[in-house]
Amino acid sequence: MLRAALREVSTALKEGQVSPTELCQRCLSLIKATKCLNAYITVTEDTALRQAEESEKRYRRGQSLGDLDGIPVAVKDNFSTTGIETTCASNMLKGYIPPYNATVVQKLLDQGAVLIGKTNLDEFAMGSGSTDGIFGPVRNPWSYSKQYREKCGQNSHLENEDSSWLITGGSSGGSAAAVSSFTCFAALGSDTGGSTRNPAAHCGVVGLKPTYGLVSRHGLIPLVNSMDVPGILTRCVDDAATVLGVLAGHDPKDSTTVQDPFNPFKLPSVIDVGKLCIGIPKEYHIPGLSSETLKVWSKAADLFENAGARVIEVSLPHTCYSIVCYHVLCAAEVASNMARFDGLEYGHRSNMDKSTESMYAATRREGFNDVVRGRILSGNYFLLKQNYEKYFIKAQKVRRLIANDFVNVFSSGVDVLLTPTTLRDAVPYVEFIKEDNRTRSAQDDIFTQAANMSAFLHNLGGVRNLCLKNIQVLLYSRQSLTSDLYKKIYVNLSKEYGFKVCIWEEASNLPTQGPIQERAEKPSLQVCTSTEHKWLQHYFLTGNAKPDQI
Amino acid sequence: MWALRGGRCLRAAWSWGGSRLARGATGGRQIDQNPEWQLEEQKPLPQKKVTMELLDHLERLALVDFRNWEGVERLEKAIQFADQLHEVNTEGIEPMDSVLENRCLYLRGDNITEGNCTKELLQNASQTAEEYFEAPPGNIPLPKLEERESFLQDSN
Repeated sequence: MLRAALREVSTALKEGQVSPTELCQRCLSLIKATKCLNAYITVTEDTALRQAEESEKRYRRGQSLGDLDGIPVAVKDNFSTTGIETTCASNMLKGYIPPYNATVVQKLLDQGAVLIGKTNLDEFAMGSGSTDGIFGPVRNPWSYSKQYREKCGQNSHLENEDSSWLITGGSSGGSAAAVSSFTCFAALGSDTGGSTRNPAAHCGVVGLKPTYGLVSRHGLIPLVNSMDVPGILTRCVDDAATVLGVLAGHDPKDSTTVQDPFNPFKLPSVIDVGKLCIGIPKEYHIPGLSSETLKVWSKAADLFENAGARVIEVSLPHTCYSIVCYHVLCAAEVASNMARFDGLEYGHRSNMDKSTESMYAATRREGFNDVVRGRILSGNYFLLKQNYEKYFIKAQKVRRLIANDFVNVFSSGVDVLLTPTTLRDAVPYVEFIKEDNRTRSAQDDIFTQAANMSAFLHNLGGVRNLCLKNIQVLLYSRQSLTSDLYKKIYVNLSKEYGFKVCIWEEASNLPTQGPIQERAEKPSLQVCTSTEHKWLQHYFLTGNAKPDQI
Repeated sequence: MWALRGGRCLRAAWSWGGSRLARGATGGRQIDQNPEWQLEEQKPLPQKKVTMELLDHLERLALVDFRNWEGVERLEKAIQFADQLHEVNTEGIEPMDSVLENRCLYLRGDNITEGNCTKELLQNASQTAEEYFEAPPGNIPLPKLEERESFLQDSN
């Protein structure tokens, strides 16, 4: 049941095959069993059980609130949640209990969703590995998969399981790991430069970055106001569409949400890609792109072509400056955003009491890690009076050139762009930390941040679990041609996509409903050492064991 | 038949891959492994380093300290990375600060809609007095750069 897609479990709840409380309890025990992944910072067991009980009452009365009623969901720990600690994985906010819910959290709760926990991230969402938070790195569930352990077996330096585990990507790594390890059915992440799409790609789940302005940022602790968007992580595209339907729409508390009416949609089951024009941006073929990713990328393109779509090469000439531009704009906005943390009104406060200024400085010294301090300092540098034109305004101009590249491509008749999400697969933690955060972010956000700066609409990344679903999303972009907001769609494909595409090609009779079949056919865990790992392994292999059965 | 094909890319600190991706031959889908452009190796740090005055100024503005030379080096690398922007011709280009620049954004009416939440607002502050946030004495500048480190360290 836990491995089902949201839509299926929703049906099971409506039909009474499982009760919300039972579902919640099963998720909670799985969270305990998979504690080694470090996906959650806070598990809200008591409130979750209470919410599940409420949901159960509603089902009994026949007054369910909709598709999300009784569904366990997780939320990244940079969304404010009433009465639940919200830390941003930083000492600065350790112990901070917000007095209000973020709009997106409130919308989930209003639909009856059960909030099961707050997920791990890089400190203040600055990073691309989920390795730089105060609660430690998140482990990728796929580290314990059969395929990966086999690969490790052939590689002597990866044999030791304690050092060969993979990162999840980031910064929404906790949310991606949570969805991927079946401890919840959907999770919220945030995406500023790729923070939802990157871990989705690495953990093999769907990551949706909605268009800027479509989903409210109220209550999302800001990183870069002009680029932040709440992200959605699910196990299949249908589910992402369902959650988007709940979250999207104007919010009077966020003036940057657009007021156009939003109609929730369902993805159709029959797809005609024949009228689609798929663009392949040639500048996305860069060194460091792994041969597997490249192979899968072209395979995906071939697949569309064989299905009747027109696949053409397109050019986004400013691609190579995009990550540099992002680097400057991000640091500048971070410098200004982080100014709010001074120790006076909330969060950590230093004991230093010689003067207000020194209390601020000491608080911020104690509260922020090197990465956050580094971005604040470089941001302040770019914003200095003598540097403002030279760096900040210059970057804003380059941003327009990058956005114009997209406008030109899409107005030339291209419906969808097909690109990789990340350069390569998730790497082992020990490899990842050899480079500093800035270098890693520059490498890992290279395909994703341009969309944040240019606002091209729905980015999808990391769709390992899907076969037909991916293409349905493309049709969605056609369908919405009537609305100005949905004119364009920008699709990032992870290399995992290709893997699934193969399956689709070779076995097109696979059920269209999500990952269950696939997981069952390809048991993913084999070699585990600790008890927790053993459990995880057993669970993935059999799909229905309970922890106490081991 | 579709295949990745090489072409032109603007050159910044990125150099040309220089090769064309071969079009796949009939039946085979061969793609040349040579990329479109390259990220040049990080050049050695330029001679001009940030000055002590600048470091002091930034620490005062940012109210965070570099802590050590690694922190300073991090800034130098960040500046060096950003310098690649200067290779782009942006003549006549207007800066873009929001993707919603062409839209009328929502402004709510200037009416009080919530309030009376003093208790909630104060509960997250670690020091309060009556209905106020409490701060240490004001208008005292940070100590000079050379004394700052030991001064701030007292707090740890």
